[in-house]
Amino acid sequence: MKLLAFLEHHDGEPAKGALGAVSKAASLGEAAAVAVGAGARHAAAKAGAYGASAVYVAEGPDLDPPLPQPRVDVLASLVDQEGFDAVLFAQSVLAADVAAGLAARLEAGLNWDLVDLRLEDGRLVGTRPALGDSVYVEVGWRARPALALFRSGALEPVQSAGEARVVDASAALEGFSTASVMVERAHAEEAGPSIEDADVIVAGGRGLGGPEGFAQLEELARALGGAVAATRAVVDAGWYPYSAQVGQTGKTVAPRLYIACGISGAIQHKVGMQGSGTIVAINKDPNAPIFEFCDLGVVGDLNQIVPKLTELVRARKGG
Amino acid sequence: MKIAVCVKQVPGAGAPRRIDPATRRLDRSVEAELNPFDLNAIEEALRIVERRGEGEIVLVSVGPERAVEALRRGLAMGADRALLLSDPAIAGSDLVATSLVLAKALARESPDLVLFGQQASDSDGAVLWAAVAERLRLPVISQVSELALTDAKVVAKRQTEFGYDRIEAPLPAVVGVSDAINEPRYPSLKGIMGAKKKPQETLSLGDLGIDPALVGEAGSKTEVYLLKPPPPRGQGVRIEDDGTAAERIVAFLAERKLL
Ligand SMILES: Cc1cc2nc3c(=O)[nH]c(=O)nc-3n(C[C@H](O)[C@H](O)[C@H](O)COP(=O)(O)OP(=O)(O)OC[C@H]3O[C@@H](n4cnc5c(N)ncnc54)[C@H](O)[C@@H]3O)c2cc1C
Ligand SMILES: Nc1ncnc2c1ncn2[C@@H]1O[C@H](COP(=O)(O)O)[C@@H](O)[C@H]1O
Repeated sequence: MKLLAFLEHHDGEPAKGALGAVSKAASLGEAAAVAVGAGARHAAAKAGAYGASAVYVAEGPDLDPPLPQPRVDVLASLVDQEGFDAVLFAQSVLAADVAAGLAARLEAGLNWDLVDLRLEDGRLVGTRPALGDSVYVEVGWRARPALALFRSGALEPVQSAGEARVVDASAALEGFSTASVMVERAHAEEAGPSIEDADVIVAGGRGLGGPEGFAQLEELARALGGAVAATRAVVDAGWYPYSAQVGQTGKTVAPRLYIACGISGAIQHKVGMQGSGTIVAINKDPNAPIFEFCDLGVVGDLNQIVPKLTELVRARKGG
Repeated sequence: MKIAVCVKQVPGAGAPRRIDPATRRLDRSVEAELNPFDLNAIEEALRIVERRGEGEIVLVSVGPERAVEALRRGLAMGADRALLLSDPAIAGSDLVATSLVLAKALARESPDLVLFGQQASDSDGAVLWAAVAERLRLPVISQVSELALTDAKVVAKRQTEFGYDRIEAPLPAVVGVSDAINEPRYPSLKGIMGAKKKPQETLSLGDLGIDPALVGEAGSKTEVYLLKPPPPRGQGVRIEDDGTAAERIVAFLAERKLL
């Protein structure tokens, strides 16, 4: 079986999940990787150590900004030329858009949110938690290539001794693929609180009602000696800095204690905090998905509970 | 300016969600609602039209006949008309098949802007826009938390794993919005009363000129083999706040030596 892994990288630094996709591909058959855009060659040099026998590299001004559509052109022509049986992607905003675009271009099947992929009697079988992880679905593909998009954190890079051949890849880019222009590219915003090392995290979501809601979380976090974190919904809304975001496109944290206040518990948030030692959730909606994966679930109004909790913690620590 | 908003009917937030073991498809017989994430896409379309002082908003949905209920909610919010793409042969369609039906209908409408919600709450895919844009051969921008529009182009802010990008694309374009881009309005009583009278059309595969072999299970390239229960997880404790929740949280944390 010939597999291709999408080697996503940021200025040549491969994403951890992408190296995991390379390792996963290598565990299933003959693995190649493809790196696109500025720094691709640098990223390619690192992929051999994770099991790829070849890394295809495509560079050029139209490929430099991390936009999906020109990458569809590159991957589609590689699949056509090399006849890959499967293409593996580690979840990211970019990878998901490339995978879905490629599915339509090649009329290929895409299974997403996979936590596992294996060969059973020569056919690929993926595992996909669905409906808020309440059921695990075993999925497959009816045609080649099989496109597989893995859930954030599902893939671990595995070092191996090999070295990859670096092969130049070129593709004709479609007009519509290069129509989007990156006017301002993300730069990791360093300013703001650091949450990755915190022992205790008090996290807030849209249930806080507005940016001023974070004041009470900061009080509680101070009393507990912890840090404050946030969901994407409130970061997107400008209530709290991106550096404090937990989840798929934010940080992955594993504190001893994670207190989620006014957070629904979307999968994309869960993947960033499910490794926490103890999870306490305060939410007024008894049907909130977060109650399915917390250790203590409190159905109630955070505005009533959080200030009192802060008082009690202070009293206890002071006394 | 013509804006198409792609919307889906999904099981209601309080309804039991399950996959039917016989068909291995989501049980869609339960109480249903308009996908909450699509409300943001409709709201954004309404704001664009309100800002410009002109424009037409058409809702487009692939789904069973009863999905007209969900479309009516969008019409009550202020969309002008609705297009339901419905045919028994479409049931069981995966990404390639659904995107084919949607793209066919969108191509007939040729809107200046196609909007999608952040994700369907029943599939959590967050992928459909990229497949549809590919079929329409249009530029696509996803996860958009801010959108500005002129006659000729969109400028969008999006979050990725590295922070915020700003991306520009010429119209016509496809945009997927985040659930934080706006606060969706509630339909007014007048809106609700008026919704029934707005144009609503249902198109079959025949109307769209699509070969049934390309959609539904026949046209899908993925399949479901089997359903399993999730791995067991320690049962959490659940309490209702009766005024003593703070005390009980402290006791719980103390017992676990977390204080
Ligand atoms: C590609 C992609 C990447 C994403 N990445 C991330 C990510 O990195 N991190 C992330 O968090 N999300 C991410 N998301 C978004 C995610 O899907 C959810 O939309 C988001 O997590 C919801 O945030 P929330 O819980 O704050 O808001 P909501 O889902 O709106 O939940 C608010 C909750 O507050 C409760 N509430 C309201 N008032 C009160 C009150 N007074 N007291 C108690 N509870 C109250 C409500 O019952 C509700 O459950 C991503 C989505 C996509 C598609
Ligand atoms: N059956 C459908 N008909 C029309 N639009 C849909 C349908 N399914 C999903 N969408 C749109 O695509 C977005 C993403 O869906 P998904 O990729 O399934 O998570 C949704 O928020 C809707 O805007």
